Amino acid sequence: MRDHITEIVIFTALFLLVSGMGFVAARWRAPQDMLHLDEWGLGGRSFGAWITWFLIGGDLYTAYTFVAVPALIFGAGAAGFFAVPYTVIIYPMVFLVLIRLWSVSHRHGFVTPADFVRTRFGSPTLALLVAITGIVATMPYIALQLVGIEAVLKAMGVTGEGWLARHAPIIVAFAILAAYTYQSGLRAPALIAFVKDTLIYVVILVAVLYLPYKLGGWGHIFDAADAKFAASQAPNDGILLNANNQLQYVTLALGSALALFLYPHSVTGVLASRNRTVIKRNMSALPAYSLLLGLIALLGYMAIASGVQPLPGSRPGTVDNNTVVPLLFDQQFPAWFAGVAFAAIGIGALVPAAIMSIAAANLFTRNIYKEYLRKDATPAQEAHVSKITSLVVKVGAVAFIIFLDPQFSIDLQLIGGVIILQTGPAVALGLYTRWLHRGGLIAGWVAGMGLGMWMLYQIPNAAGRKHFGGSAFPLSEFGFDTKRTIYVGLVAVFVNLLVAVVTTLILRAAKTPDGVDGTVADDYFADEGDPRLEKARVTPEAVGSST
Amino acid sequence: MAEPAEPAPAAEAGPARRTDHSPWNWLLLIPIVLPLVTPLYNRDAPRLWGFPAFYWIQLSFIVVGVVTTTVVYQMTKRR
Repeated sequence: MRDHITEIVIFTALFLLVSGMGFVAARWRAPQDMLHLDEWGLGGRSFGAWITWFLIGGDLYTAYTFVAVPALIFGAGAAGFFAVPYTVIIYPMVFLVLIRLWSVSHRHGFVTPADFVRTRFGSPTLALLVAITGIVATMPYIALQLVGIEAVLKAMGVTGEGWLARHAPIIVAFAILAAYTYQSGLRAPALIAFVKDTLIYVVILVAVLYLPYKLGGWGHIFDAADAKFAASQAPNDGILLNANNQLQYVTLALGSALALFLYPHSVTGVLASRNRTVIKRNMSALPAYSLLLGLIALLGYMAIASGVQPLPGSRPGTVDNNTVVPLLFDQQFPAWFAGVAFAAIGIGALVPAAIMSIAAANLFTRNIYKEYLRKDATPAQEAHVSKITSLVVKVGAVAFIIFLDPQFSIDLQLIGGVIILQTGPAVALGLYTRWLHRGGLIAGWVAGMGLGMWMLYQIPNAAGRKHFGGSAFPLSEFGFDTKRTIYVGLVAVFVNLLVAVVTTLILRAAKTPDGVDGTVADDYFADEGDPRLEKARVTPEAVGSST
Repeated sequence: MAEPAEPAPAAEAGPARRTDHSPWNWLLLIPIVLPLVTPLYNRDAPRLWGFPAFYWIQLSFIVVGVVTTTVVYQMTKRR
């Protein structure tokens, strides 16, 4: 056991550097008036191609990615590689769908997906459901970022045995994050993302060039993994998929892609860009991160080939697979480089955590506070409430991690994915058609959410839990004579849509009033410098609200 | 009677209604569908630089995604 002083010093220095940047960010691209939700929560809606690339990249490829995906590959093999097809599928979809959301939001001054739903369907209730879903799904995602930091701290030997010693470093790190997010809003993660991604790219390029050389080549790495899975008892591991988990693999990839751009933090990143061209160009440039992600995932196999044994989990008898990548760096690289790698992961957690807490705070402010608590809130009051809420959200995320077993980090995120998918019919289809009735969408949401939760409840996992053990639902539960599994989220959203359509037909037949659509077809193509924009922005309620 | 009636919004009055429909958009189906067809890549051979087919083929889908989104962007941008 070597001591970790060098690693800790480098980690701390880089952490403090980005914290400083986070505070200074308030003055970066100085806003005229920081006390406006457009400024604090969307960085002035002014980000160009480069900043957007770093911001969305830093937003979507999180510490969860760098720690949990290789951990999954380490534990289960090919099934964990779903992250690659998933991030291939997402960009063409965003290219078509989110760009419409950008346009309609630009013209109406929407800050959240729920803002759009409210105006499109004239239904504060539906908007409330979308907002609550977004907040609930985002919380465990923020908590996951903490798991990333925690894995690094564990590998450096910083965390002690007692309750306080285990959690104190995380609490300190998050307190600093909370402080500069409070002050600088979205500008903080946007600025820090430059440092984060530079570090990540350097670390990963070095790792994927140097480690295979040291470990005897890629062929040997894959063979070592193959040998490990051949020896293990688990039925669904291996470096290839088997007959039973292929359906799960593709439905998980597709479902996760659909879910990812419904998450409020993705929407925040997209809405902060300056114009449509910035988004479209980024859809071609962002896959650079996917390539990186694929290579990061394979660090899991390198950990197998180099004989890494994961550190014990929080409960006796369990292991924490999330520690395999930090341990791999710790064992294979000089201390100073391991320190840089750990800082990359740690900072990689801060950027998305900041954006997510901003997105959740915006949802609360716009769709709960302003809608139900204080209808005449000024933009300054909105910004203020959002800042406070972002603090509350972070405290909630810390509580998540302290009181739940972080071993299930990836499952938590998969549950979040199932939940957020249920907003798809209202948000994503709503961008294309107004055909679905608001009552139908609410009924669909209830059905999809209920079914999704029931299915997740039925799923045990190998670690001995009986419920919420993953997102792979055995089709035999539906009466099919097969061992195949399917991703819960996709089934749930399918039922959601079905119920929405049937209910819509019934409500139409009964001539139930459908809300007023506050948007016009042209809104979905508006771009920077739109003539109708200023009017809309000055009095958002006059144009942006239908009730 | 000096003031004319409220002018219709430019959107509805404009002769050419804006749209983002384009046949080029269909190209985007390729990178969405390809990664979902597991029989295409779920095997070990042929290996490339030691990577089983499962891995290098899926990584190459990223390139397919970049190429198609770039083509569609170039072909559909307004001039």
